[in-house]
Amino acid sequence: MKARGIRPWLYLLPALVFLGIFMVYPLFDVMVYSVEEGYNSASQTYYGIGGYNYAYVLRDPYFLQALKNTFILVIITVPVSTGIALLISLGLHSIDRFKEFFQTVFFLPYVTNTLAVGLVFMILFKKTPYSDGFMNLLITAVGGTAVDFIDGPYWAKMFVMCFYTVWVVLPFKILILTSALASVDENLYKAARVDGTSRMRIFTRITLPMISPMIFYLVITGFIGAFKAYSDEVAIFGTDLNAAGMNTIVGYVYDMLYGDSGGFPSYAAAAALILFAIVLTITCINLLVRKKAVI
Amino acid sequence: MKIVLEHLTKRYPNLNRKIKEDVIAVNDFTFEIPDGQLIGLLGPSGCGKSTTLNMICGLEPPTSGRIWFGDDDVTNLPPENRGVGMVFQSYALYPHLTVRQNICFPLENLKGADRLTRAQMDEMALETARLVQIDELMDRKPSEMSGGQQQRVAIARALVKKPRVLLLDEPLSNLDARLRLQTREEIRRIQRETGITTVFVTHDQEEAMSISDMIVVMEAGVVNQIGKPQKVYDDPVNLFVAKFLGTPPINLFDAEIRGGRLYLGGDCVLQGADSVPDGPVVAGIRPEGFVPDENGPLVCGLMAVEVMGRDTSIVAEHPACGGQIRAIVDTEDIPPEGAQQVRFSLRPAKVHLFDRDTGERIRI
Amino acid sequence: METQRDYDRIGRQAETARRVRTTVTYVLLTLWAVIVLFPFYWMVLTSIKSYSTYNAEYVPKLWTSAPTLQNYFDAFTTVPLAGYFFNTILFTVVTTVLMLAVIVLAAFAFSRLQFRGRDLLFTAFLSLMMIPNELVIITNFVTITNWGMRNTYWGLILPSVTSVFYIYLLKENFGQIPEELYKAAKVDGTSDLKYLFKVMIPICQPTIVTITILKVIECWNSYVWPRLITDDQAYFLVSNGIQEIRENGFGRENIPAMMAAVVVISVPLIVLFLIFHKKIMAGVSRGGTKG
Repeated sequence: MKARGIRPWLYLLPALVFLGIFMVYPLFDVMVYSVEEGYNSASQTYYGIGGYNYAYVLRDPYFLQALKNTFILVIITVPVSTGIALLISLGLHSIDRFKEFFQTVFFLPYVTNTLAVGLVFMILFKKTPYSDGFMNLLITAVGGTAVDFIDGPYWAKMFVMCFYTVWVVLPFKILILTSALASVDENLYKAARVDGTSRMRIFTRITLPMISPMIFYLVITGFIGAFKAYSDEVAIFGTDLNAAGMNTIVGYVYDMLYGDSGGFPSYAAAAALILFAIVLTITCINLLVRKKAVI
Repeated sequence: MKIVLEHLTKRYPNLNRKIKEDVIAVNDFTFEIPDGQLIGLLGPSGCGKSTTLNMICGLEPPTSGRIWFGDDDVTNLPPENRGVGMVFQSYALYPHLTVRQNICFPLENLKGADRLTRAQMDEMALETARLVQIDELMDRKPSEMSGGQQQRVAIARALVKKPRVLLLDEPLSNLDARLRLQTREEIRRIQRETGITTVFVTHDQEEAMSISDMIVVMEAGVVNQIGKPQKVYDDPVNLFVAKFLGTPPINLFDAEIRGGRLYLGGDCVLQGADSVPDGPVVAGIRPEGFVPDENGPLVCGLMAVEVMGRDTSIVAEHPACGGQIRAIVDTEDIPPEGAQQVRFSLRPAKVHLFDRDTGERIRI
Repeated sequence: METQRDYDRIGRQAETARRVRTTVTYVLLTLWAVIVLFPFYWMVLTSIKSYSTYNAEYVPKLWTSAPTLQNYFDAFTTVPLAGYFFNTILFTVVTTVLMLAVIVLAAFAFSRLQFRGRDLLFTAFLSLMMIPNELVIITNFVTITNWGMRNTYWGLILPSVTSVFYIYLLKENFGQIPEELYKAAKVDGTSDLKYLFKVMIPICQPTIVTITILKVIECWNSYVWPRLITDDQAYFLVSNGIQEIRENGFGRENIPAMMAAVVVISVPLIVLFLIFHKKIMAGVSRGGTKG
């Protein structure tokens, strides 16, 4: 089956065309955008080339707010969701009855429209003049004071944001960890038990090392996913995230591109490249840590 | 440590929920294993031998019955408190730990007064590794070792904490044929040297017979016979045991007792079974029970002669025997070339009679 | 007999510890199940409360005695929910079908055909997986705008009809089919395309089903691109549709009607999931990162 002319290329043509137009070309184009100063999307003109767009973005309070929000979100949700997922998977792994039922229920958020369910969260947490909302009902029931989680103090909004993010990302993590746990040879646990190993030691010396590649995979994808958070925030706080003070980096990019504050693809490009640089750095750090941990 | 099993029974709910009746994996197993012996639990797959091992180990609780280690009733004791060592069929070595770490693992679990220093642990690990002859490989990972070496590591890990009882689940089934012969001798040697009461499970009768002090033959959850290997072979209590032990297997004939004589088809092959009432029986004849004899009473069609050096096997047929007859005879007794027929006389000790319906042994 | 009493005690303790552990496990799992299910319950519950009932409840009630379907009626009449729905289905079906065609052909070329530069090209493909969507979406937005495709179905569909990750997944799966099969087919005079459709696709059906499922979920939930590329309600999908309903729908804050809309757009995927939950979960754990 030696190269026979153009036939293989014909099979590849659709993929090459689409990828070329919508991935490869944009990749270079976005870099060009990011250095074109004073770009005007109506007249498609610019003054010159330089780093002004980056400087502008890095000084823009909205971007700094978005950066802060994103970092808090990442720092909180990645460890919390991975930890909870690990706990739940361990629980699922240890039971027989209702296992499939629990697995199915836990996976449900994965297949739901996050925009739609975000609305429900908004309603559950929102405090309006007509009603304190369900969450505040619970809080007052245990003796706390009602808080508006949607339009109220920053920490309350951040809490809802993190809570919803964890709720959304858990199904995937639980699924991956449950199958990782299931793939560990049951005999290893039996052998350890016969040798009188305590539960804690079985967990730290056998379970964790055996599933650590999967945990690591989840941490990396979790970091990347959380840095790109956007639509979950829109679902809860509405499209004007800047006004809510809850914008994320990706949200900032889109806001620069389109909408009431839009029309600045150069700023959007600069912000997107900054995000890419952050994600790349964190991923590299993760890989380095991983390598150290293995050796 | 002597092990006593008392009316040990294990039932599982049927996996098919429509069937209410439980599956009985082990039924009323009573046996006293003397201290320091090597016991082979032998039976076809699904006969309950592994379940029995798991109950002794503590991984599965018995439905009823009791288990004693010496004078201690350990029935309800979890495996970690029983002081047993177990070698799993798949070895269950921790893949991320080195040989040394694997062997030290059980020692690191010791708490309180039994706690060991790192140096003591290394010393014990090395000592055990020497016993199973893997002390050169201490820093390898399991994936870098052959199946036989992994097997030794598994044994070392089971032995290092000086268990009261050593349990082996199908220890040889993952090894190739040559290694199997070698390793079973090795297990025998290690058991002798340590003197630990050892129970191992196997479906290979040759393996069980060759190294065990005693064998237990199980079928469908029921213990059929317990005894020294040779005794069980020479004196099976029923058809199942007779068929299960021995290679080549015992030859079975539809036979009949008439007036104290045993008839295979038309041939009267044995006399003196006066205590046996007339009627149809199953006659089992061990391959070594046939003696070629020009005037022998059993006339068979000769099918093939297979010379195997030390002895020779004669393949023959007889109307009363469903399949082929395989007889092992001395090399000098081979029938002449071109012969169509071979006649045998029988060694009475190698002929066993069984009830045609129940399979129970009928003693002459 | 001193030790024997000890043994009994240890045995009993172990049994108690086991029971406690199991109970705690079930309690925790149930707790999380409630947290997962409660929003769904709340959304259905709110959607069957009437507007006046809902607004009269200063303390929200966990049950309603007078369920109504009025909100569902409103959801379909006051806002163009049916239109969002239709758009989403059309978008999902066309995108998924086109993508399958594109990636099957590409994966076939990479796994079975020999041509100059194949491995180099595949490596280049793989490196594309690292590029985040957020980076290229800026130019894509400009491209589609320049092509005059804003507020068209093609503008929605075109940028998402190919996926490097799925090509990779399928190519790996195709690669597991023994080479001999291809040679045997060649000897019998089977054409490449016929071999692809008669042999490779049937053998790799599980992977293709997985990819289809993942893509359908992705399409149904896609929000960012539709929001960027459409501002005409006639082309809204359910995600930006629901956002539109939230911000401008129903005239006043009609939360029960909003919840009815939420129920309507959530139901199709949930039903799909309940029917195929084993397949979907197996598929996601085999193939997937989200997004």
